Amino acid sequence: YNCITLWLAATGRKPQNGPNPDWEKKVTEYFREKLKENNAVNWVPSLNDVPLHYLKPNSLVKFRCMVQDMFDPEFYMGVYETVDSNSKARVSHFGKYRDAAECGPHQEIDLNSSQMVTSERQTFYCVPVPGESAWVKEISFFQARVSPSTSYTPSRHKRSYEEDEDMELHPSKQKEQHLGNVGDIHGYGEPKRLETEASAGHQMITPNCSPPLDLNFPLPGEKGPACLVKVIYESWDSFKVNDILEVYGVLSVDPVLSIANSKERENSSSPLAPVECMETVEEQRVHSPPASLVPRIHVILAQKLQHINPLLPACLSEQESKSFVSSFMLELSPVRAELLGFLTHALLGDSLAAEYLILHLISTVYARRDVLPLGKFTLNLSGCPRNSIFTEHVYRIIQQLVPASYHLLMTIENMNRSRFIPHKDYTANRLVSGVLQLASSTSLVIDETLLQQGQLDTTGVHNVTALGNLITWQKVDYDFSYHQMEFPCNVNVLITSEGRSLLPSDCQVHLQPQIIPPNMEEYMNSLLSAVLPSVLNKFRIYLSLLRMLDYSISEEVTKAVEEDFVEMRKNDLESITADDLHRTLLVARFLSLSAGQTTLSRERWLRAKQLETVRKARLQQQKCINGNEL
Amino acid sequence: MSSPASTPSRRSSKRGRGSSSNPATPHADEVQSPPSQRRRTDDSTSTGDLQPMPTSPAVGTQSPNVQDVLFSSPPQFRHSAIPLEFDVSSPLTYGTPSSRVEGTPRSGVRGTPIRQRPDLGSARKARQVDLQSDMPAAEDAVASEQSLGQKLVIWGTDVNVTSCKEKFQRFLQRFIDPLAKEEENVGLDLNEPLYLQRLEEINMVGEPFLNVNCDHLKSFDENLYRQLICYPQEVIPTYDMAANEIFFDRYPDSVLEHQIQVRPYNALKTRNMRNLNPEDIDQLITIGGMVIRSSQLIPEMQEAFFKCQVCAFTTRVEIDRGRIAEPSVCKNCNTLHSMALIHNRSMFSDKQMIKLQESPEDMPAGQTPHTVVLFAHNDLVDKVQPGDRVNVTGIYRAVPVRVNQRMSNVRSVYKTHIDVIHYRKTDSKRLHGIDEETEQKMFTEERMEMLKELAEKPDIYDRLSAALAPSIYEHEDIKKGILLQLFGGSRKDFSHTGRGNFRAEINILLCGDPGTSKSQLLQYVYNLVPRGQYTSGKVSSAVGLTAYVMKDPETRQLVLQTGALVLSDNGICCIDEFDKMNESTRSVLHEVMEQQTLSIAKAGIICQLNARTSILAAANPIESQWNPKKTTIENIQLPHTLLSRFDLIFLMLDPRDEAYDRRLAHHLVALYYQTEEQMEEEFMDMAVLRDYITYARSYVNPRLTEEASQALIEAYVDMRKIGSGRGMVSAYPRQLESLIRLAESHAKVRFSDKVETIDVEEAKRLHREALKQSATDPRTGIVDISILTTGMSATARKRKEELAQTLKKLIQSKGKTPALKYQQLFDDIRAQSDAVSLIFVYLRWENRTYISKC
Repeated sequence: YNCITLWLAATGRKPQNGPNPDWEKKVTEYFREKLKENNAVNWVPSLNDVPLHYLKPNSLVKFRCMVQDMFDPEFYMGVYETVDSNSKARVSHFGKYRDAAECGPHQEIDLNSSQMVTSERQTFYCVPVPGESAWVKEISFFQARVSPSTSYTPSRHKRSYEEDEDMELHPSKQKEQHLGNVGDIHGYGEPKRLETEASAGHQMITPNCSPPLDLNFPLPGEKGPACLVKVIYESWDSFKVNDILEVYGVLSVDPVLSIANSKERENSSSPLAPVECMETVEEQRVHSPPASLVPRIHVILAQKLQHINPLLPACLSEQESKSFVSSFMLELSPVRAELLGFLTHALLGDSLAAEYLILHLISTVYARRDVLPLGKFTLNLSGCPRNSIFTEHVYRIIQQLVPASYHLLMTIENMNRSRFIPHKDYTANRLVSGVLQLASSTSLVIDETLLQQGQLDTTGVHNVTALGNLITWQKVDYDFSYHQMEFPCNVNVLITSEGRSLLPSDCQVHLQPQIIPPNMEEYMNSLLSAVLPSVLNKFRIYLSLLRMLDYSISEEVTKAVEEDFVEMRKNDLESITADDLHRTLLVARFLSLSAGQTTLSRERWLRAKQLETVRKARLQQQKCINGNEL
Repeated sequence: MSSPASTPSRRSSKRGRGSSSNPATPHADEVQSPPSQRRRTDDSTSTGDLQPMPTSPAVGTQSPNVQDVLFSSPPQFRHSAIPLEFDVSSPLTYGTPSSRVEGTPRSGVRGTPIRQRPDLGSARKARQVDLQSDMPAAEDAVASEQSLGQKLVIWGTDVNVTSCKEKFQRFLQRFIDPLAKEEENVGLDLNEPLYLQRLEEINMVGEPFLNVNCDHLKSFDENLYRQLICYPQEVIPTYDMAANEIFFDRYPDSVLEHQIQVRPYNALKTRNMRNLNPEDIDQLITIGGMVIRSSQLIPEMQEAFFKCQVCAFTTRVEIDRGRIAEPSVCKNCNTLHSMALIHNRSMFSDKQMIKLQESPEDMPAGQTPHTVVLFAHNDLVDKVQPGDRVNVTGIYRAVPVRVNQRMSNVRSVYKTHIDVIHYRKTDSKRLHGIDEETEQKMFTEERMEMLKELAEKPDIYDRLSAALAPSIYEHEDIKKGILLQLFGGSRKDFSHTGRGNFRAEINILLCGDPGTSKSQLLQYVYNLVPRGQYTSGKVSSAVGLTAYVMKDPETRQLVLQTGALVLSDNGICCIDEFDKMNESTRSVLHEVMEQQTLSIAKAGIICQLNARTSILAAANPIESQWNPKKTTIENIQLPHTLLSRFDLIFLMLDPRDEAYDRRLAHHLVALYYQTEEQMEEEFMDMAVLRDYITYARSYVNPRLTEEASQALIEAYVDMRKIGSGRGMVSAYPRQLESLIRLAESHAKVRFSDKVETIDVEEAKRLHREALKQSATDPRTGIVDISILTTGMSATARKRKEELAQTLKKLIQSKGKTPALKYQQLFDDIRAQSDAVSLIFVYLRWENRTYISKC
């Protein structure tokens, strides 16, 4: 479409006017403007949805991703000059937005040219947002009409979309199908993978056939394109690891890169080759993987995303999105009531637990006071039946509601085997991802009911400690082998357990099922299918939107709260501590927000206190039943 | 010598051989040109020849252009068609003929490297013409000069070899470091020129390397320094010449392996890896970082030696773009394909690739560390191991990656690396007990002013303590204690009187109810101090704290892996759940907490490591809730031997009164509605606090004044007196030492060089507060230090003795019975004694002991 042509016009050889420092800025501005126009954004094919081989090289693409690792900055030829060996004509080119310096058959690059400008750019290794829910992918795909620039046939995809939706409604079926129809277009991952591997194999005829490339996704079993995103302009300092970005840029799948790759590998046997000894084979593999597997994107525009929910406008501060917010606010309370009802059913009729679950789902770390994260609300849902599929279904429902989530099965084996903490692999010079490398506002559902007796080994202990740290401080200490680096995160942790969880939590709610469905599977499935897609979408908007609202407490209420606390302490010295106040304040905060109110009112405070009292009473009761076990 | 070594050795060889092996091309015009011009042309042409060379030369290929763009000097060249690669890959590279020179290099000295480059490539003839036409304008004075072009300016730079050399010689001969410190220059006379003494050292030791601190150079001559930074390739060889001339003047009989090589270090321009940018290419830079990987030694062929199989004619071929052009025809006998490579007569140089990673302190939050590749050459190979913190001085290089030799396409990306000239291990000095921070952390003038201004404020002590962990409510005294711990006392050395070092670090134990944000405080401190470690007593084992010996999987050598205590040398080791630590782990702490060392005897490695770490520990009471009826020892069940090593022991309890509750509630609620900016306004920035502490730690070293020591003596005597009235000891010398440390630390807070009475007062107050909390005997309500020093209060001890007496009497009165029933015995005693309710406890504890003893 027009963007692509624009792109070609802009970046084509425009060299005669010499190196113009503003040029880059202009391009960025130009694209920013163009993309604003009549939904141009939707016309840009997204690497998230469209398989790589349907995209034209050097065309404009977008990619929604998480920064997994940052490589070293690289210097490249910003402007270079070629000399025609026949005519001696000199032509200068721009090296921006491309990987290889291009020159015709009779041309040669003049490395000594005075026109040469060396520039710097940064490479990020990006992966799709870990744990991104299926519905996010679908909806964002559906929104983006397939651009004519790709030969990707929309009709086929349409069918697959329907299939997907079908599967959504029968989540259990999804798995089987997923495994079954590898050949189907449905999973963009698998067929693509096969093809790309084939093509990759085609391109690099390497005698020492290397094991398949590990694309370094944080979560096991993830699919999707990983990408080397090259950020040119100076602002790359503002991007951080684990940030979610949406980048618009030029797709580069230059086969030269792959040739370089195989070529260098060939050479690596001869130790004298001067370039090879700079990087090990492993490093080569990681830093310059075949472009067909890991494409490069040369960024023109990049923006940090506050959320990945495609149902919401990307930036909430803009004018038009404000009207969206205010119109949604009008119907907030029916949505909340409906969601509460839905979750109550999902939690087997326990409305208190459902209430707390809503609070949990809209919680987010909104500030940090030196080391203390404020606004985290880790919920421990105890009293879940052991060895039943209940917890799994709870996760399914959450998956349907939040844009990104992960279900962590806390089995001894899992704890001992899997790698939670990302660590630096110095041989390959990259950050090897771990389960806990999650983007901000991902829901992590930990299933503790699966825990059996057994022994945790060193890794297991480390993993549990890391989980504990994540919950308490909302940070993960990445392992750099000689030292540790602290990465703050913002992950909602929900722990389902039988008794009190062995992990710390902010709030424990004991589940009291009102109904025991004879067939859990059927019950849950019918529950999901009973919800209209439009209602489901409302839930999704509700949860994502409320996380981003501001909140304050008025002076007056502050006083009242203080009074209240002093009063409570007077009456019950032993049980009311500062922690209780912390928790009640949190509950009050999220309670207000869940009703769309951005200030705390006296009523909400009382309601929060009441909720807390009921919850505590329940815990007390549970303690009595279980005897002095706790 | 680093990269210098690799390139130079090759080049030097060239020099030596140039006339014989490559006598070909001096063109007529060159030969006839006046010497000055000739030199110029020589230089330029040889450049052209060198340019395609593999290691650094490739840099030369494009970086000149970079420089061309970046440096406007010399402007008159800008329009010339000649690329100014001169400054980059010029033959003047900073090397001197290295080990290849047999015997002493006296000859080499005379023939300075610049003149030894008659290696004329024929390729650049056209350029020479340009050169000649262009040059005179720039240097008319030079051109007219007949004295062998002594005053030439090197191409593309403003470096005049002769004046540069002279200046540097003057520097060597005259420079006296006004700021020299005793420790650094052991055995040197501070009033004599520093570098002449260094040269003398070279003469005696025979290591032909002269390390030159760029800082000295800068203070001596700004211009000289600037030239060195901008054109290291040209300037360093000039320095080499200068150094060698002086050296062989002074020590004509000296025999060295090769010529002296000057190694500048501590270039101030760049310190951080993150700031490296294209402008730094081919400049001298110094960056700090941590070695993360080092490759094996790579023998790099510099020159191949070929011998004709037929006539035994030999020839040498230099490496060109990583390849050796094998001569297909013997020049002597014209036989085809008769030349064979003779390996052991070819020239190789050592080379090593090292990966350097940004040090964690330099990294902005939320980003991954950058790495940079270093190439070390010759004797710098294997100088550093992975894990070392080093400051590297070297020349930053960028090399284009050629996709394919036969294809003209080039990947537009450069590979960058640093050719190492000098390593400086930043942590090597830690073993000598010098605070390295003084060298490490540089404050800007403004920052220093700001800090000093802060220190002037009368309430700085309160301000700082308020800035400490603002999210944690109240506990003012505890925060003050921790603040003093962060500053630490003055380090004293009594080793000559046989007592060794006195501990300057302050140890603090926090104990109290769970949920009183002890861990949070620990986390805060751990985040605040640059070298802090955080461990939890539950998971740390003795080896994890100290050090363990393991076999390195690569080298198969035993290596010592240091644990938390050693790693936090000069920092603070935060230990959470101190009480959960097992016995053997705790025993390790005894040595660390008083002697500040760590002795290790494992797997044949016996050593004593420094562990000058302050310990901040947190312990929970044994019954989960603090029992106010029990002493500290009873509550936390730690051996008194360990407790007495803590200077301050604080209780963090829930105070439970209304006013406190109200304030707490207010604080917490505020936490939940204040925005981030408001919070920042209110409190001092964490960074300021950190800088303040670092500054105080490194620059302020207070000493006791007369009055202060009097006050201390009084305080101590007072403390002793309290106890002596009741027949017990209430203070030990250890408490006096604590007081001194605290007073010193408080003086540091004020940036004062003298410990004055107010410091002592505060130390006394804080110490008393802590004692009041932790050493009060719950039975009598009297502060009793022996609770902490012996684990039992005086009254308790007395009671115990009484009980033993009673019991003994009782048993004796019973006559000889084989066994006593516990319950019956207990009842009997109860009947006799009034104080049973209290004794009961002890009886329960120790009945077995007593019964078996009796």
